[in-house]
Amino acid sequence: MTDYNFAYLDEQTKRMIRRAILKGLAIPGYQVPFASREMPMPYGWGTGGVQVSAATLTPEDVFKVIDQGADDTTNAVSIRKFFQATAGVDTTEETEEATVIQTRHRIPEAPLNEDQILVYQVPIPEPLRFLEPRETETRKMHSLEEYGLMHVKLYEDIARHGAIATAYAYPVKVEGRYVMDPSPIPKFDNPKMTMPAIQLFGAGREQRIYALPPYTKVVSLDFEDYPFEASKADHSCELCGADDSYLDEVIVDDQGGRIFVCSDTAYCAARQAAQSDAAAAQYEEISA
Amino acid sequence: MLVTATSTSAMQGGFNNVPTEAARQFRAIMNAIARPGRIETLGGATPPAPMSVAAGVIVLTLCDPDTGLHLAGDHDTPDIRAWVQFHTGAPFVPAENANFAIGRWEALSPLTIYAHGTPEYPDRSATLIIEMDALSTDGAILTGPGIEDSASLSLPEIEALKTNALLFPLGLDFFFCADTRLASLPRTTKVTEGGAI
Repeated sequence: MTDYNFAYLDEQTKRMIRRAILKGLAIPGYQVPFASREMPMPYGWGTGGVQVSAATLTPEDVFKVIDQGADDTTNAVSIRKFFQATAGVDTTEETEEATVIQTRHRIPEAPLNEDQILVYQVPIPEPLRFLEPRETETRKMHSLEEYGLMHVKLYEDIARHGAIATAYAYPVKVEGRYVMDPSPIPKFDNPKMTMPAIQLFGAGREQRIYALPPYTKVVSLDFEDYPFEASKADHSCELCGADDSYLDEVIVDDQGGRIFVCSDTAYCAARQAAQSDAAAAQYEEISA
Repeated sequence: MLVTATSTSAMQGGFNNVPTEAARQFRAIMNAIARPGRIETLGGATPPAPMSVAAGVIVLTLCDPDTGLHLAGDHDTPDIRAWVQFHTGAPFVPAENANFAIGRWEALSPLTIYAHGTPEYPDRSATLIIEMDALSTDGAILTGPGIEDSASLSLPEIEALKTNALLFPLGLDFFFCADTRLASLPRTTKVTEGGAI
């Protein structure tokens, strides 16, 4: 740990990121440019989230990292180890125990509280980028609040597919002003974004930071006759039986067999543990 | 500039352990701006009078050679200049070029002289650090992002802050400091006169 400055980044870089975070919180949904640094991992591996976490972590924090909901995938494990080594923070897999949670593409199932901070890894922060490739133009569109193009895109979804087919990175409007990319979380998670915790978004390659203060109004774009719907696979979890959590489809053999399991591994594991405890207690009761 | 003999005390009063202390203090500052009206307690810096501990902590945590700092009114003293220069290296600039400005409300007014950002870059706006005699959670009523229902905060003036909120997404962001206490008012917060205190 003594080989690095606390949380890896130098102090001047952290100050620059911290100033960007504060302006982001003051202008919810607006993408603040920042001078993203080279990190000891490739772009696309969460360098934006890592830099935001580095500028946010304190020695007392308990840090959790999830990748598509899972604590045990490569990206999550390596980022967790990175901050264990460079910041000396405690880490956890349990959502309730964590004070800072870095996430790739999911919001945990367990509701977050006021003392928690959720840091998102963002690949493309600009919601209009696939509609308008020029940064000069998208910047002007945001300044003029000119979001008609996004509604046309959603309308074309309906015209072609009969419904809004956008299933992840579903655009939201923040406090009635900025259209924001919620990062590629499934649209199932969109309604959770009005929450008591602070949400910070970091895009390393694209050099943008944005933020949502607690209880900020976040509304998924839709039409009166085609209202937004937070959808998930129409199954329950094969492992814990949950029917209210977001599910991953898992192929289990080469015969077309498939199961659906919770994408939030901590949520699923806690439910399974509770069930086996309950079963054990029941067994003891019967055998007593 | 060399540290002069009169300002050897300028070297005192910084963070003991900069990386960890700055991280902890930043958390409190971030919580304040994310939850307008909430009062946080800062510590770890002892700036020369009349600068408050809270204002000193903000300077140490956020200012460096990249940020222009404006010292207004009774805060523009050789001692404060020497202290800020030694600990942060922030250049001193006139109000219109400032990223951060520190002083009492009267000294910092009028607000129109500070950078309010541009429609395409609303983040290029000044942050005002306002020294107060006291800070309490009564007075003006605050609503907006970061506030579940409503919050209250003692503000030096209401009209100017109402106008500031109307400029959104442009505008200024405010930190109010009294001794070790800090509260914040970002441009998103809507301010109305409070009822009976």
